[in-house]
Amino acid sequence: MRLNVKNLNFAYEDKEVIRDLSFEVKDGEFISLLGPSGCGKSTLLNVLAGILKPESGEILIDGEAVEGICGKFAYMPQDDLLFPWRTILDNVCLFGEIHRRKAGMEAEARRQMERFGLAGCEDKYPGELSGGMRQRAAFLRTTLCEAGIYLLDEPFGALDVITRSDMQDWLRDLCSNLKKTILLVTHDTDEAIYLSDRILILGPCGEGIRGEFTVDEPVRTRDWLYGQGELRSKIHKIIQGKPEGKK
Amino acid sequence: MNKFSKAAPAAVILALLAVWELIVQIAGIPLYVLPAPSDMLKAFAEEFPVLLGHAGVTVMEAAAGMLISFAVGIVVGILIDAMPTFRKCIYPILVVTQTVPVIVLAPIFIIYMGFGYAPKILTVVLMCFFPIVVSFSDGLGEMDEGYLNLVRTYGGSRLQLYRIVKIPAAMISLLSGLKVAATYSISGAVVGEWIASQSGLGYYLIRAKNSYMLDDVFACVLMIILLSLMMNGLVKLFGYLVLPSSRRKRRTETAGKK
Repeated sequence: MRLNVKNLNFAYEDKEVIRDLSFEVKDGEFISLLGPSGCGKSTLLNVLAGILKPESGEILIDGEAVEGICGKFAYMPQDDLLFPWRTILDNVCLFGEIHRRKAGMEAEARRQMERFGLAGCEDKYPGELSGGMRQRAAFLRTTLCEAGIYLLDEPFGALDVITRSDMQDWLRDLCSNLKKTILLVTHDTDEAIYLSDRILILGPCGEGIRGEFTVDEPVRTRDWLYGQGELRSKIHKIIQGKPEGKK
Repeated sequence: MNKFSKAAPAAVILALLAVWELIVQIAGIPLYVLPAPSDMLKAFAEEFPVLLGHAGVTVMEAAAGMLISFAVGIVVGILIDAMPTFRKCIYPILVVTQTVPVIVLAPIFIIYMGFGYAPKILTVVLMCFFPIVVSFSDGLGEMDEGYLNLVRTYGGSRLQLYRIVKIPAAMISLLSGLKVAATYSISGAVVGEWIASQSGLGYYLIRAKNSYMLDDVFACVLMIILLSLMMNGLVKLFGYLVLPSSRRKRRTETAGKK
């Protein structure tokens, strides 16, 4: 699915968070949003997901304007938000339960468990799983939403460095097969470089997009990532507000 | 937990009973002033069939009051959470009902409702409803907004928000309120019976007190304590049955300690 955001504005009471923001995400593209804290990255995802209502502007999916909760976006917040009283299977089938298609979704979820590293966890409760496994369960729940665009809000932000690296490798492999349009909010420059087709850098206080980088490398490894010092440096300069053109 | 920590609560209770027994025996306190624990246990054993008969009536009143409080408490709790105006209207009334002593209201209930079970059950409701409704409505309101937004983004209706998120999340809080209410329920029924009745532990208490048979009074108090603990235990069992996740968690924690 192709996403177009046009002249989007949002404010919390008097504080302008998103001002006249426009960008496009192509079908199947993986975009990362980087920027300083408070620049409106998470707010943008909340607006796209329909949790927050924009003041003005348009959100278009495949050219059609959408409003509120439209079912085209699957939102995954930073916390895994697995219900502690539900088994992992019941948690990942939440969308199916809401739309009265739980039985069919359970069969699909059981098929996907191994692919998501959750084989044998169907009847466990979230409290019995590690942080990484919980995030994988939350991601499986997101993928079962039947939505075309995934909104991932710092999904690995709460994990330790080693687990986060493992999860990034896992997500990279998975996303290459999923062929979904993905919008990832992250604070981690390396994560953005490693996972994205394109990186958008937001400026503070509704400044909008301050910089944009395309990452062309088709085969990415950790060694390749460690060699991206120049790109990392350019991104940091733009985040810090030092002049650097679009690349 | 070491063996000393496990045994300490029982040891303290036994020590207090021993001191009580010694004081009564050494000072020669008469039975109509303060019976010794041994007198109480003796009376409990002798009067057990009679106490059991009266306890049946009290438990029935307490259970009926608890069930009514539970059913109405769930509905009112949801309305309080869902409708802020309703909350503003009903909350002060609920608080006021708790400021008036039940012993004052119980005779009024008897005037309006007669000498049957109804005023006793209403007394139980008056004591049990408040902890249930407050704990449940607080539990409904404390849910992390993130969980609610997640269900909303999945297209969940308001009814589904309650069914899938809010009510299950409020269960632990509700169980706390139910435990308090269960402990109050027997006392509530006894207070109702105390004012006017033909059966029940409150009626037995009045009869024993008026005869200065304090060993029987204490035996009855022991029965009230046991019944209150039983009601509390039933709520715990209910929690064990309806919350499989906490059951599993407890098992995991126990296994971790081994």
